[in-house]
Amino acid sequence: MRIFDPHIHMTSRTTDDYERMAAAGVRAVVEPAFWLGQPRTSVDTFVDYFDSLIGWEPFRAGQFGVRHHATVALNPKEANDPRCRPVLDLLPRYLDKDGVVAVGEIGYDSMTPAEDAAFAGQLALAVAHDLPALVHTPHRDKAHGVERTLAVVAESGIDPGRVLVDHLNEITVKLVRDTGCWLGFSIYPETKMSPPRMVELLRTYGTERMLVNSAADWGRSDPLLTRATGEAMLLAGFTDDDVDRVLWRNPVEFYGQSGRLDLTDLEDSAVTFAGNSILRGGE
Amino acid sequence: MTPDRLRAALRGVPDPQWLDAALRRVAADPAAIPRLFAIAARRCGRGPLPDPPGWTVDEAVRALLLTALPTGHATAAEALYRHGDAAEKRAVLRALPLLPIGAECVPLLHDAIRTNDTRLVAAALGPYARHLEQPAWRQAVLKCVFTGVPLAVVDDLDGRADGELAAMLAALAAERTAAGRAMPADATELLDRLGAGSHPTTAREA
Repeated sequence: MRIFDPHIHMTSRTTDDYERMAAAGVRAVVEPAFWLGQPRTSVDTFVDYFDSLIGWEPFRAGQFGVRHHATVALNPKEANDPRCRPVLDLLPRYLDKDGVVAVGEIGYDSMTPAEDAAFAGQLALAVAHDLPALVHTPHRDKAHGVERTLAVVAESGIDPGRVLVDHLNEITVKLVRDTGCWLGFSIYPETKMSPPRMVELLRTYGTERMLVNSAADWGRSDPLLTRATGEAMLLAGFTDDDVDRVLWRNPVEFYGQSGRLDLTDLEDSAVTFAGNSILRGGE
Repeated sequence: MTPDRLRAALRGVPDPQWLDAALRRVAADPAAIPRLFAIAARRCGRGPLPDPPGWTVDEAVRALLLTALPTGHATAAEALYRHGDAAEKRAVLRALPLLPIGAECVPLLHDAIRTNDTRLVAAALGPYARHLEQPAWRQAVLKCVFTGVPLAVVDDLDGRADGELAAMLAALAAERTAAGRAMPADATELLDRLGAGSHPTTAREA
């Protein structure tokens, strides 16, 4: 089973996770820029964070045979802090980088006017840089948030086929299914979505434009739930080809629209562990 | 290495017109370099060049872009390094010996050697490292041994290796021996060449 996790925050994970992910078949990941739990208070700290997403983290992933790409954006939560908003001016520089395959995570947290402005502005950046957009949907007041998200997407003029609306569930999937946008589901140990529920959604709505991610981060989450979902699909009677479509070909097709996805030498490669200080425990 | 040799090596890029236009553009409009530098790998490729050995297409293209600047090479190299992803940083480091900058960009070597990205550490130890002061150079060589970077990447290794480096390597060898772990063969060979087997501070006999 080859797995592409289209949304995972590896910055928050350990090398143990990389080892277990590689062993479970995860060969490629996309790490969206998001908030780090502790709110940031200046632009410079975003520079270091973004630099790590296009520098250190891809190197770290590479040691475990995992290909790493990123999406870059000012996240909705911190778009509300005037000290962080100048991050928007930095983004064009990052959106030119090889490893950046979309603008994201953008969207809504509390649906404030500041979030409106950052969301619309960053969708325009996606269009200007010919990149897809990864759109986070709010955890609170979610259905309303998704409706408003879709209205902003429609107004922006971006091709819906270049938009991934993430963190959907049984209620919100219905709002997005017919818009032409891609649908993301974050499989969590307890909250957002579970493997058995995901299988039911795939039965109901099919596998087209459906993406499954672990969204693993610094909270209670599990980077192997992509694999668990693939196994649950097989047990429920889906074919190997169905699983490959959801866990590999769909994310490759979505992020491939950037023209920057580099999966060279990956499709058939065995995982190799080149000698380096990380694998050797940071001598 | 010379710009002409890199230029000749890049005759086979998929879109030679793009490369020609990019080099002319940088010569005429230096402010255009950040974007061209960022997208160079997507336009020209990332594979290894058959010649010169050890160079990739994207490194060679980016190095040429830097050499095409009319003036301000050190300032541009510093900005491109600071704003670059890992591959861009590496290309800047490889380009440094080709630029008319004296020792101005040594701080970039210090930055690269501080990282744990072995590709950057390796790129910092090319010919431009002749400007690196000896204590920092020794630490960088030792870091190569620690992190598994082949010592073949170190320019002028034998010319520059001294008794102090031999003592540091011998001490590392002693730690490795005590831990039941191997030293990389190229480090052991360097120690032998330095005659450190008889150095009084080594513990190789331990």
